[in-house]
Amino acid sequence: MRLSYSADIKVIQVPCTGRVDILHLLNAIEDGADGVYVAGCLEGECHYIEGNLKAKRKVEYVKKTLTELGIEPERVAMYNLSSAQGARFAEIANEMADKIKALGPTPVKNTHAA
Amino acid sequence: MIVADRKSLEEILAMVKDNKKILIAGCKGCVTVCNVGGLKEVEILASSIKIARKKEGNDIEIDIEVLERQCDTEYVAGISETVGDYEAVISLACGVGPQFLSEMYKDQTFYPGVNTTFFGGATQHGVWEERCAGCGTCAIHNFGGLCPIARCAKSLMNGPCGGSSNGVCEINKDTECIWDSIVRKKMEAGRLEDLLGVKGIKDWQTARDGGPRRSIREELVQGNI
Repeated sequence: MRLSYSADIKVIQVPCTGRVDILHLLNAIEDGADGVYVAGCLEGECHYIEGNLKAKRKVEYVKKTLTELGIEPERVAMYNLSSAQGARFAEIANEMADKIKALGPTPVKNTHAA
Repeated sequence: MIVADRKSLEEILAMVKDNKKILIAGCKGCVTVCNVGGLKEVEILASSIKIARKKEGNDIEIDIEVLERQCDTEYVAGISETVGDYEAVISLACGVGPQFLSEMYKDQTFYPGVNTTFFGGATQHGVWEERCAGCGTCAIHNFGGLCPIARCAKSLMNGPCGGSSNGVCEINKDTECIWDSIVRKKMEAGRLEDLLGVKGIKDWQTARDGGPRRSIREELVQGNI
């Protein structure tokens, strides 16, 4: 398809979003990421039954934690799309990048960003 | 197990606001089982505190340890060589943990990171309920295996009060009237007469009312077994 999407996105592959941990998301924020989102399969279509639903709950937990810390919870997000939706992947990447740009740089000042 | 809830980040951050290097000590006992003070929770708290402090532009160095148990001196002794390297320690164990730590390491400051709530168990994933009040004189066999000391708001020993309505306690619509359950269970078993005997006045000296308690097992103290 050769679709282009925001160059600000760094993709980290996992076998299933069920592998994504609260700590992965928190550590990303801690290390200076302006935002982090999880792109999982469509709800109800997880090959491992409920990996994407578990990821959704973890994203919610991190949003709550960020709110408690006075950081915009929108910096963390969960999206659902199928692996056949390449155009949607690019759309989400741009959407998230625009959202984070609107929020501005992370308030988490980093002395040794990853 | 002993059940606890983590204190708010706001409260914990206020405790360590003047510290630049701390240790967070978890426990592999009860608080790991109730998902409040095991390795995962220790790591999450460490990351959350670091995020908060970086946001303030006031970095903090945090190390983590998860002790086998914080209620045994032999395991508490496991951090003897490093505990002095920190300005303060947050313990995510139940209330016993920071006390054992404080007693062993008198020059260190230990903060409780959790609120210890009760003795209970998980009725479903993420939900814990109180089952024991640690009164020191267990008599659940007299009540169909259900404890009215821990589970009746008034700890009544001889039947429900007037606040019982449709099996629910008047203090809260989510609190069952344990006496309703006790009576129903006995009726279903055809043994309601078991409850007819009047229970005498309970001796609360074995409970917390008698002051701090101590349990001594002579044979163990003497090292015979």
